[in-house]
Amino acid sequence: MKIRVTVNGTPYERDVEPRTLLAYFLREQCGLTGTHVGCDSSSCGVCVVVLDGERAVKSCTMFAVMADGHEIMTVEGLADGATLHPLQQAFWDCHGLQCGYCTPGMLMTSVVLLKNNPNPSEHEIREALAGNLCRCTGYQNIVKSVQQAATELSKVPVEA
Amino acid sequence: MFPAAFSYLSAHSIDEALASLLEHGADARVLAGGQSLIPAMRFRLARPGVLVDINPVGELNYLREEGGVLAIGAGARDAALERSAAVAARYHLMSDAAAVVADPVVRQMGTVVGSLCHNDPAGDWGVVALASRAEIVVRGKSGNRVVPIDDFLVDSYTTAVAEGELAVEARFPTPGERTSGSYQKIERKVGDFATAAAAVQFTLRADGTIADAGIAIGAAGPKATRVAAAEALLAGARPSKELFRAAAAEAEKISDPIADTRGDVEFKRAMAGVLVHRGLVATFERLGGGVLA
Amino acid sequence: MAMTTEAPARHAIGVAMKRKEDPRFIQGRGRYLDDIVLPNMLFLALVHSPYPHARIVKIDKTAALAVPGVKAVITGDDLVAANLGWIPTFHGYDKQMVLAVGKAVFQYQEVAGVIATSRDAAFDAAELVDVEYEPLDVVVDPFEAMRDTTIIRDDRENKTNHIYHWEVGKRDETDAALAASDVHINEKMEFQRCHPAPLEPCGIVADMSRGTGRLTLYLTSQAPHAHRTVVSLVTGIPEDKIHVISPDIGGGFGNKVPVYPGYVVATAASVILGSPVKWVENRTENLTTTGFARDYHMNVEIGATKDGKLTALKVTTVADHGAFDAAADPTKYPAGMFGIVTGSYDFPLAFTELDAYFTNKAPGGVAYRCSFRVTEASYAIERGMDMLAARLGMDPADLRLKNFVKKEQFPYPSPLGFVYDSGDYHLTLQKALDKIGYADLRREQAEKRARGEYMGIGISTFTEVVGAGPSKLFDIMGIKMFDSAEIRIHPTGSGIVRTGARHQGQGHETTWAQIVAEELGLDPQNILVEEGDTDTAPYGLGTYASRSTPVAGGAIALAARKIREKAKKIAAHLLEASEDDVEWTNYKFQIAGVPEKSVTMQQIAFAAYTNPPPDTEPGLEATFYYDPPNLTFPHGAYIAVVDVDADTGETKVRRFLAIDDCGVVINPLVVEGQIHGGLTEGYAIAFMQEIRFDSGGNHLNTNFTEYLVPTSLDTPAWETDNTVTPSPHHPIGAKGVGESPNVGSPAAFVNAVVDALSPLGIKHIEMPMTRSKVWHAIQAAKA
Repeated sequence: MKIRVTVNGTPYERDVEPRTLLAYFLREQCGLTGTHVGCDSSSCGVCVVVLDGERAVKSCTMFAVMADGHEIMTVEGLADGATLHPLQQAFWDCHGLQCGYCTPGMLMTSVVLLKNNPNPSEHEIREALAGNLCRCTGYQNIVKSVQQAATELSKVPVEA
Repeated sequence: MFPAAFSYLSAHSIDEALASLLEHGADARVLAGGQSLIPAMRFRLARPGVLVDINPVGELNYLREEGGVLAIGAGARDAALERSAAVAARYHLMSDAAAVVADPVVRQMGTVVGSLCHNDPAGDWGVVALASRAEIVVRGKSGNRVVPIDDFLVDSYTTAVAEGELAVEARFPTPGERTSGSYQKIERKVGDFATAAAAVQFTLRADGTIADAGIAIGAAGPKATRVAAAEALLAGARPSKELFRAAAAEAEKISDPIADTRGDVEFKRAMAGVLVHRGLVATFERLGGGVLA
Repeated sequence: MAMTTEAPARHAIGVAMKRKEDPRFIQGRGRYLDDIVLPNMLFLALVHSPYPHARIVKIDKTAALAVPGVKAVITGDDLVAANLGWIPTFHGYDKQMVLAVGKAVFQYQEVAGVIATSRDAAFDAAELVDVEYEPLDVVVDPFEAMRDTTIIRDDRENKTNHIYHWEVGKRDETDAALAASDVHINEKMEFQRCHPAPLEPCGIVADMSRGTGRLTLYLTSQAPHAHRTVVSLVTGIPEDKIHVISPDIGGGFGNKVPVYPGYVVATAASVILGSPVKWVENRTENLTTTGFARDYHMNVEIGATKDGKLTALKVTTVADHGAFDAAADPTKYPAGMFGIVTGSYDFPLAFTELDAYFTNKAPGGVAYRCSFRVTEASYAIERGMDMLAARLGMDPADLRLKNFVKKEQFPYPSPLGFVYDSGDYHLTLQKALDKIGYADLRREQAEKRARGEYMGIGISTFTEVVGAGPSKLFDIMGIKMFDSAEIRIHPTGSGIVRTGARHQGQGHETTWAQIVAEELGLDPQNILVEEGDTDTAPYGLGTYASRSTPVAGGAIALAARKIREKAKKIAAHLLEASEDDVEWTNYKFQIAGVPEKSVTMQQIAFAAYTNPPPDTEPGLEATFYYDPPNLTFPHGAYIAVVDVDADTGETKVRRFLAIDDCGVVINPLVVEGQIHGGLTEGYAIAFMQEIRFDSGGNHLNTNFTEYLVPTSLDTPAWETDNTVTPSPHHPIGAKGVGESPNVGSPAAFVNAVVDALSPLGIKHIEMPMTRSKVWHAIQAAKA
């Protein structure tokens, strides 16, 4: 089936089988390997991307054909050229990553969190990230990272 | 894990979806959120020949109060309820549940109606729907029929939706001011299915007696279970510690869980009672009931 | 070009600098195994046995071969014909099947491999491989296995499920001392089978190039050189023709140390087919076939005088190894460092023995940040000490303080053969007690108890042992456990350091640069760190068991000091002075007492290439293979405060304080992160993780819905702090730390829950302390 998915602002027209998962479409057909695969039960969240700018979705639990005509943002779309997104900068500043495997998913879930809740409490951050597992950090510095990013983003005029 | 091959049809209207479902019969499954179906397909436990994707059906994506009910379209995501101010304000039982279904990312794709149609014995929405006395609107070739939730939830993974039909809406009666509820869930970690769950909703009349009690338990049988005996005890009665304990005991009695890695039968049955009790106390407190006699 | 004469303060050790490796990860530009795509690459999917123990009667490949895109179907018999049917395990005394040969010996064991042009085709075809099995009797209980009624390994000469017996210490004296003690506890406890489960599963891209004749293996490997040597020994391909590249790894925790069947089958397939072959396991395969952790059934006996002075320790263990002995331990240490079981205490006498058995389960045993079985040992002694305290009616902190090895006793020879390098156990525990407000907590506990509430405090004061290790004692498959560093400084004053370690998130790209920067007065931002490529990195035994800072870190410091030695010659030459008059001060070389006459390392580096002294080789580099003189012994004091809900069996961890002592800290940010992560793993083990089998041998925890990893909302907040007791023998006084939190925390959690429930007479609860287990214990106690 031919589908057209806009990823990080670029349209990708590809021919896929219906059973091709969105995660593999992004990784293999679009060459964007920042989105990872870590489990087979939709438990770990390393595959999270943003759908239509408003929903964090597990791309391993979505068929690529479902994204036809839609917009996806992956971790590769976060930075503005060489300028890191405040979330990326915060994860770096606050040591919010170790092996880096869960990091793209954490970043994308956080993008949607901060869009819906620009000033989340620690509890709200932990709640929002509960669909993204991490084995290395124990989450503590990830929470700090999101808090720093929230502060930074609140200094920037909110986009329409 | 990779799914077996299948044919994919995307529907842009309810009629289109129905036509595809009719055409392909038992070989077709509806794809909405996909958060239960796709994992099953990845494990090849589910191998539908045809998927009918109803995500593009814009007319199903709504959440609105009308005619004394909260009408949830088949396309409405769990997250929509989680973020709805109306739900937080008036539908306390649903609001509690919306925060603990699966995990916060899965909730951004998963749908309430889809979850009800999937009818996992440990699913949350079935328990909530029973206690809320919800109704499901099912559309078929000959139009809509409204199915009371007790008739809708038939058995594990089985509902009243027949071949060629589509559940299009769930209707939850709008609670009045003197009505509240609570959802209590034990899970081993966030994202797990319930080890045990209880949904409680009741009205505290001006004279201090209880009306319209809805009590249901989850992960305690092949499907979510109404604790009718507890509801009967509460009807017209005055809240008291003894009453709530008696109601909880009814939940324990009717609880029929399976032993699994979440717990043995004895433990789960005891938890059914504990959670119904906690749900009753929490509801009473939300209604400003004062000190429990 | 500008060359500074002023060296800015280059103090780099102890600096919480941001990690240099992060930019690629935060941009999604890490290069993990599954990101590697080679032209004409094929995919391998494995077929698994549904039976825990069954004869393989027949394998019919026909239907699988008919699937479009399938290139080959490989079975155990095919591999035997190619002399690849069996491979040595890392423990060296056993071997394991690659694909099942003759019979399958654990559920999910690999039985065949399908290679195809796409993942989907390989997976589709794998379903169609028709295997006929004849089920055999199943043994999943090691106490059943020891009766030898069903023999699992009929390939071995001795038809028994008993693998080996190991012991150390003085048996008779210890038995006598225990019998003569005023108080003698004798308690059983288990450390359940669990699994490290990093988020990135294991995988390989094997590329046998017919062009170059070289076999390139991209491999999720914590020990790339060791893997290269094993592949060479197994395949007969000389090591110069094998190139192992370990790319970015998404978590190791010991999971990526063993050689797995998928690696061998992919390699064989690539050799046969002449195309690259990729194998990436799925989560189910990871949890059911790759190296498990723990599974020790222990009996702990401690003797003491009636006022709490320890007299003797005896620990007896039954170890469940699964169907092959693939516990990746150093050769002379089949039970790893279990001899650390005397812990932080000055036992006059001790004895420990262990018997290991085969069962119908996947092989493994050494994984999940265990420091080679130190997690099991530490759990045994820390639980044992609390049980002793309860029997004596003594406060568990007081019992520990009374029996700690004292600061003056170091280096301390333990009764089980270790020489602890340094420690100050009193200091660390006292700091923890003060910081958590121990006396206040006990007061609060008394008040809560009076109200029927269950609050508990659990202490764990562990000493662990890492940094394997001195060559006379430690080898893996004969290769000594040294490690290495090669440092090269470029003309313009930056440099590259390569080591035999292989990080999987521990921050080596930053911490090693900090060591070099400190030793040489250079900017750590300009020291590139490379690990994992066997063509370029010097030989090392890799990263696991917290050995990298102790061993590779030592090698780096010593290689840097060799460079500094040569730099001194160059400095003398530049300063026109004799070497004896030149000293290293403030990160520069200067003429002793004359600070204006100095040169920076940058100037020296430039001179090494443009103006070297007449009798000196040009260039500025050094290699060091470091054979450490001893292991290192980090220690810590952890305190957990919990509240148990008796109605549901749920435990809330209210507070957890970890005071760690890993000697000199290179980067506090990195160390703190390691502690957070390890404590979270310890928490998971204590409360929710286990790999269990039913009596039929069926694996019950095959994916993340049943093998539970705590989420951000489940995980407590961790309070951390440290003390610093340098290692006297380590070149920079550092000890290693990554595994300490896994070593120390499970006992703290169990001690806390048992403490909470002690008014009910509950003395022990086995991990994982699930709600149902705790609830049942409470019900039973109340009955």
